[in-house]
Amino acid sequence: MTGTWSRFNIVSIVLGFAFLYLPIVLLVVYSFNESKLVTVWAGFSTRWYGELMRNQGILDAAWVTARVAFISASVATVLGTLAALALTRYTRFRGRVLFTGMVFAPLVMPEVITGLSLLLLFVAVGLDRGFLTVTLAHITFSMCFVAVVVQSRLLTFDRSLEEAAMDLGATPVKTFFQVTLPVILPAIISGWMLAFTLSLDDLVVASFTSGPGATTLPMKIYSQVRLGVTPEINAVCTILIGIVAVGVIAASIINKRREVQRLRDEQAALQEG
Amino acid sequence: MKSLGSIRRSFAPWADPAAKPYILFENVTKKFGDFVAVDDLSLSLFEREFFALLGASGCGKSTLLRMLAGFEEPTSGRILLDGQDLRGIPPYRRPVNMMFQSYALFPHMTVEQNIAFGLKQDGMPKPEIAERVGAMLKLVKLEPFAKRKPHQLSGGQRQRVALARSLAKRPKVLLLDEPLGALDKKLREETQFELMDLQQELGLTFVVVTHDQEEAMTMADRIAIMDKGKVKQVATPAEIYEAPNSRFVADFVGSVNLFEGQVSKASNGAMQIASGDLVLKARNGADADTGNTVWFAIRPEKIRVTPQKPEGGDANAMEGEIYDIAYLGDMTIYNVRLDDGRIIKASTMNSARVNENILSWHDRAWISFNSDAGVVLTA
Repeated sequence: MTGTWSRFNIVSIVLGFAFLYLPIVLLVVYSFNESKLVTVWAGFSTRWYGELMRNQGILDAAWVTARVAFISASVATVLGTLAALALTRYTRFRGRVLFTGMVFAPLVMPEVITGLSLLLLFVAVGLDRGFLTVTLAHITFSMCFVAVVVQSRLLTFDRSLEEAAMDLGATPVKTFFQVTLPVILPAIISGWMLAFTLSLDDLVVASFTSGPGATTLPMKIYSQVRLGVTPEINAVCTILIGIVAVGVIAASIINKRREVQRLRDEQAALQEG
Repeated sequence: MKSLGSIRRSFAPWADPAAKPYILFENVTKKFGDFVAVDDLSLSLFEREFFALLGASGCGKSTLLRMLAGFEEPTSGRILLDGQDLRGIPPYRRPVNMMFQSYALFPHMTVEQNIAFGLKQDGMPKPEIAERVGAMLKLVKLEPFAKRKPHQLSGGQRQRVALARSLAKRPKVLLLDEPLGALDKKLREETQFELMDLQQELGLTFVVVTHDQEEAMTMADRIAIMDKGKVKQVATPAEIYEAPNSRFVADFVGSVNLFEGQVSKASNGAMQIASGDLVLKARNGADADTGNTVWFAIRPEKIRVTPQKPEGGDANAMEGEIYDIAYLGDMTIYNVRLDDGRIIKASTMNSARVNENILSWHDRAWISFNSDAGVVLTA
């Protein structure tokens, strides 16, 4: 590696990024299109964003999605964290391998199957499909993602921290809330964010488990697109992309800053040594 | 044998039959599955004692400490602290505190908060906590660092925070798990003395686990040498070094030359040992009857190396050739190959800057030592 940009490198990068982002760029560009026809450019306009604000159907769906995502992410985070704790702490219980497998299986399970099986369950127990069922379904499948994220943090967690806390007089419960939880909190937060995003863009499971009055945004978009892509849909999607992009960029900047600060502190401490 | 006392001359409760042990291990066994970590071990520790558990990794010393702290329960046997059976008492109710090898500082808390943690758990009023934390910071000379987080501290500073935190609750016993293991050599030496001073000043009982014999020798009143879950010998550092009770202990602490042989004559505490072609005169150590196999153990610094055969009646003397020389500055180590092929290690302090009769590689030389310079071992 000489560090210079060979022609081959440049071409690869351009092609790669084009492949990834060209569709999204097109979508964003056309959301600002004046024309009603999606594929014909007729000048810049924010008209469709205005239209969007008056479209009660989409606004309702967005509100449902936000609530489902928030509630399901929060519950999934609690359950996933507990599962991760159980899996890393009690390494000797019977059936641990089976349990681990069962926690992680939904990660690779086709969504159609997850959705269908949940639907069958809800029908069997006589639960009316709606807000509750879609939330439960989202909890079910995002829980295992949280468990994976938290478990990987717990594997590198220094157990002597907990022993030290107990040694200093903290009961196991106090130890958990005063030492374990604060230390693994970043992982729990990223688990929550992952669960939130998964719920936000889930279409398949939601379609199976949702009912009247609980249409989520992806479902709404999908059903509208079937009637033809409107610039309004482009606008919704652009807003979604904006929210996600801001979230991701903010998170990585905060992380980066913290890391730099940490490195600087450590070097300072070393020099004082 | 002349007594090999402790360095703190007046402090020797273990020698006093009336003294009551403060910590008592009674036939303690700890098994992890099939692995026996601690094997039917009994041990008495006394109040205000600085006690070291010394052994290679996996010898059970850390398990012993963890049982005292309450992180492990003995499979069988009892542990008594000040007369109280510790069985079933969880770590957070035991009057002992531990300093962890990794320090286990809480990364999300400042130095101050780390030290205050234990006091808060006890529900101590805030002004008292502040006062105690201030005193601890002063004790370990960390006052300017009170508001820092652990990752903003150097290794030595972290070690002091861990120490302050474990001392803050004024435990009856402080357990130290490899307390100096993570420090570099120079800092380690300084800190050893600081720990000793602190222990004296506070009048606490310290139990330290270490694999570093120098550390144990420097700091401890008594040392227990452990191997495979058993205690091999419990004695003062001087006794451990000068009067080991077995080849294992002799070899584990410091370096030693061992002559295997049969007792050819034994009378009045004096002994003659036939070892190969040599006949060694010995006066210290275990008793053995004529014909028994024994080992004569002698430390390198007790052996003289001279170009000519030394004068004198009592001394053992044997001839050989200089095989290797290691010049260390303060001392020189000679490996001398005896004429029967055995290699004997001898060391000489370089007390003069210039040595008159310099020995060099392949020179003929005599090694000699008095009959009371080594010990006879039967195990």
